[in-house]
Amino acid sequence: MAPASKGIVAEGLVRDFKGGVRAVDGIDLAVAEGEIYGFLGPNGAGKSTTVLILTTLLPPTAGRATVAGFDVVHEGPKVRKAIGAALQEAALDPMLTAREHMRLQTALHALPRELRRRRGDELLERVGLAAAADRKVRTYSGGMKRRLDLALALVHRPRILFLDEPTTGLDPQSRSALWQEVGRLAKEDGVTVFLTTQYLEEADVLCDRVGIIDQGRIVAEGTPAELKATIGRPTVDVVPADHEQRHRVAEVLSRFGELTRASPHGVAVRLAGDEFGLADVVRALDAEELHVEQLQLHAPSLDDVFLAKTGRTLEGAEQEQERPELVGEAG
Amino acid sequence: MSRTRTQIGNLARRSVLRTLRQPSYVIPPLVFPTLLVTVNAAGLRPSTLLHGFPTHSFLAFALAVPFVQGALFSTMNAGTELARDIQSGFLNRLALTPMRGSALLLGHVAGVMVLGFVQSVFYVCYALVVGVRFQTGAAGAFVILVLASLIAAAFGMLGAFLALRTGSGESIQATFPFLFVFLFISSMNTPRNLIAVHWFRLAATVNPVSYLIEGVRSLIISGWDGQALGLAFAVAAAIGAASVGLAAWALAGRLART
Repeated sequence: MAPASKGIVAEGLVRDFKGGVRAVDGIDLAVAEGEIYGFLGPNGAGKSTTVLILTTLLPPTAGRATVAGFDVVHEGPKVRKAIGAALQEAALDPMLTAREHMRLQTALHALPRELRRRRGDELLERVGLAAAADRKVRTYSGGMKRRLDLALALVHRPRILFLDEPTTGLDPQSRSALWQEVGRLAKEDGVTVFLTTQYLEEADVLCDRVGIIDQGRIVAEGTPAELKATIGRPTVDVVPADHEQRHRVAEVLSRFGELTRASPHGVAVRLAGDEFGLADVVRALDAEELHVEQLQLHAPSLDDVFLAKTGRTLEGAEQEQERPELVGEAG
Repeated sequence: MSRTRTQIGNLARRSVLRTLRQPSYVIPPLVFPTLLVTVNAAGLRPSTLLHGFPTHSFLAFALAVPFVQGALFSTMNAGTELARDIQSGFLNRLALTPMRGSALLLGHVAGVMVLGFVQSVFYVCYALVVGVRFQTGAAGAFVILVLASLIAAAFGMLGAFLALRTGSGESIQATFPFLFVFLFISSMNTPRNLIAVHWFRLAATVNPVSYLIEGVRSLIISGWDGQALGLAFAVAAAIGAASVGLAAWALAGRLART
């Protein structure tokens, strides 16, 4: 373990629950200061359990982790002082207003009395809730609740921010606004962000690095570009006009690389090297007088990475995973 | 110390605010006990003809019951609210702050006490409106408010224990009828020495709720009765101490933060 790290370091993190369920199964990771790290995986993969361990809310069964340079088991209060967290589902009191939430949070964080109101107003302004500050939270939309959740996590100016599926259930506009704010926190304030998500786009757009987690283990890690590069070349997906011609199309496509998973009625090839492009495929199909109903070039996505590493798509894994009966919270 | 006081104050403020903003938590503890005592007073008035009955007004005799019944409502409401915090993840939010566990419990109980006090003021006003005069005067009414707040706090902490242990509002609501049994097998409607059925008298004698009711009742109908008051405060303190211990133990298990 790197003792000097002020970011997040985990080594061999394990968490077992009653009934022998292992939610986290030997996770190693290192997140540098100021980095936005995305933890991508389906429901039940172990993302939330990892967050609970790193935020000191759940002790690990085995392994070690430091956050902001402090051990999560032995230096819990120091860790909590350095972090902010918006955990899964905005945990707010529907009967209080945003301003009352701020008042409570600033008081519990022991901000000097004269600063509490100012800090609360400043954060509500920052997340665009100043106008709704005196409305009860039960009247808020999902996006507003998430923004308030984020503002509450920032009250004590944390160096590290944990966001557990911050945009789940939000409309595209709210999602984009939250991404913008998180990006700004990292870029302008140097806050380290540890973010769990089940959205590929979120990981791709927002995160400097991504760890893909499945069944409690990290199966791949790197920048989105690096991960996609491990998959290599793009794929070309062809749906013949006459579906009976699929075998002939497959013969042609196989000249350009390895056949791979295709759309319904289609045939797909992962292009083998730099020498081939879409134009070559089109020319070859044309030369064989094969008429095409649909032809698409797919750049590799993080879903392709997940598929390559686990043999399943993220969406498929989502359906397969059954949330285990756990004591406490896990995800 | 001042930091803990701030935490307790703010948590108590939240507890009071959220309760006052939910009419379903405010109205039943005011309406049901007064309704019950009114109906009982009308129906059981002939009990005052029993030889040795301590007063000619059954309403004055029964008026102690709402103070204890209101405290039982506090148990359910306080517990349900805390269980909701657990289920919604709000407790995790609090756990991530430097909040002390003791501040959570004390803030919670302080909120319950404030509401218990407000309820009791309402019952005292009701008593004055229906013509009951306290034998101990204004000072006695004040002691009733203090005792009733203590009882509310003791039962409120019991609610907190149940919430922290089960994490479920439904479980707490399921215990409410059970707590009500304690009220009905007490001396709420008949002085213990006049209960003719042996087993009922025995049950009422071992039931701590009897002593809480008798302490409040003594201030209304008898005057300053050191024994009754001492027993009521001692029972409330004992229930409170046991509840605090249980709640602290349950909180340690629930707040598994490192």
